[in-house]
Amino acid sequence: MTTAPPRDASLPVLTADDVSLQYRTRDHLVTATWRVSFKVHAGDRFVLLGPSGCGKSSLLKAAAGFLPPVEGRIRLGGREIKGPGPDRMMVFQEFDQLLPWKSVFENVAYPLKCTGRFPSREIEGRVRGYLDKIGLSRFADAYPHMLSGGMKQRVAIARAMAMEPEVLLMDEPFAALDALTRRTMQAELLRLWDDTRFTLLFVTHSIEEALIVGTRILVLSPHPGQVRAELDATGLGFEDAGSPRFVELQTRIESMLFGHSAEEAH
Amino acid sequence: MSAVTEMLDAARRNDPPPRPDYERVPETLGTIGEIQRQLTLAERLGQNAFFRRMLLLLGLAALWQGYAMVLDNELMLPTFTTTVAALWDALAHGSLVERTLYSLQVLITGYVLGVVLAGLLVSLSASTRFGNDLLSTLTAMFNPLPAIALLPLALLWFGLGMGSIVFVIVHSVLWAVALNTHAGFQSVSDTMRMAGQTFGLKGLRYIFGILIPAALPSIVSGLKIGWAFAWRTLIAAELVFGASSRSGGLGWFIFENRNALETPYVFAGLLMVILIGLAIEGLVFRTLENHTVRKWGMQR
Repeated sequence: MTTAPPRDASLPVLTADDVSLQYRTRDHLVTATWRVSFKVHAGDRFVLLGPSGCGKSSLLKAAAGFLPPVEGRIRLGGREIKGPGPDRMMVFQEFDQLLPWKSVFENVAYPLKCTGRFPSREIEGRVRGYLDKIGLSRFADAYPHMLSGGMKQRVAIARAMAMEPEVLLMDEPFAALDALTRRTMQAELLRLWDDTRFTLLFVTHSIEEALIVGTRILVLSPHPGQVRAELDATGLGFEDAGSPRFVELQTRIESMLFGHSAEEAH
Repeated sequence: MSAVTEMLDAARRNDPPPRPDYERVPETLGTIGEIQRQLTLAERLGQNAFFRRMLLLLGLAALWQGYAMVLDNELMLPTFTTTVAALWDALAHGSLVERTLYSLQVLITGYVLGVVLAGLLVSLSASTRFGNDLLSTLTAMFNPLPAIALLPLALLWFGLGMGSIVFVIVHSVLWAVALNTHAGFQSVSDTMRMAGQTFGLKGLRYIFGILIPAALPSIVSGLKIGWAFAWRTLIAAELVFGASSRSGGLGWFIFENRNALETPYVFAGLLMVILIGLAIEGLVFRTLENHTVRKWGMQR
């Protein structure tokens, strides 16, 4: 099924080397991150975690190719990232990432058609397959404005997954959902991952979400974003919330984010 | 012991009283009865925009008829029925059909040219910074300039006839449509732009695939404004110099009949302009909206 040639599993899919990012506001040049390095391997659910202002979203945008680093570089399988492309599909937090003038089916099919990476006779089956996976086959002909927030996010996830990107980028995809829907969506994401084992780069500010969704967690400190720690969270799921390992990791991250270094930064 | 003191404390602090918990099983649908019911005919008619608008038009016509009958002066204000009779007469026996077709021909030529030019300008402004500056400056300069003020120049450049009128119509359509489309493009959210870019869309494919559909509500309202401006400019231009062009349009028809003090026919000409306006709005633009922005939930 996979179109990419098999690669050495010990080599990372995505590498960030000493990446410093800056963005311009009206009258300031703001440094979002300072010399951040990390490696994402195939099959990782890699989480960028940190408080607002730690540049985690900027890092994701840089990986997507929207924000060129001022220093360091980000590579995807050895090639330096030069701009946005369909090998790194992104799921955004906002619901308006779906195109309102296209039905659910067309929304998922559109990028497949645009890139021409898949033969056109394969597209229909591929779209149906992924709509099935997210349980929205019945809504294939509905337009986005008829869907609830959770359903829209599911369509966006299906759209990104159908492209079989080398790495799937998610920018707080569940932050705009209510708490109950968010829980369902996290479980669904894990189920989809069990199914296809994609590589995920996930941004969140919730420690709990990071522990449940992630297998590797990169903790960032704010103003400007710097790497504070990289932790292993393999095998933690919903049922582990409250378990000694879960609580220990949670307190460890909390003390990193709200401990001395956080206060010094102010 | 502590529970008792807690309760006493609560009573003293005037807290809400403690209440027992309970759980219930939801009723089955059968016992609740009807949960969906069709609206009555009157309610459904009230929901129908076309019906409401027809009522409004009838009301306006009745008002006109009543006032004109009280005034009883055909030279100043003919009644609605006289105007309709004059309109019928001009359509059936007079030159109104020919005049209307001529006006529509000029109008559509100018309108299409204006819209195409606006599209080119806005596409340029969407893809380059220079184009963006150019469009902003040009619209700021020319949008406030009344098309009629350009007519003397147009006559000098293009002579009497269709060319000059098309020129001023293009001027009146171009800036209104460009301004609205540009505003529409600028209001397309960053998320949607980034989504389009991750699909690998660039240049014209990006403009047609993402920007134009996303900005369609503004584009349609720009097209509507442009259409109205084109009409106004056309009629005004014909009133000003239609006298000298042999094959005049609707404006010339109005001007001619005013000179002959045939007020019912003046009103018939105006009514024709209104009817065409209503028809275009109701048939063309409304259909366009129903099949696009309304269907997509981008506009109510």
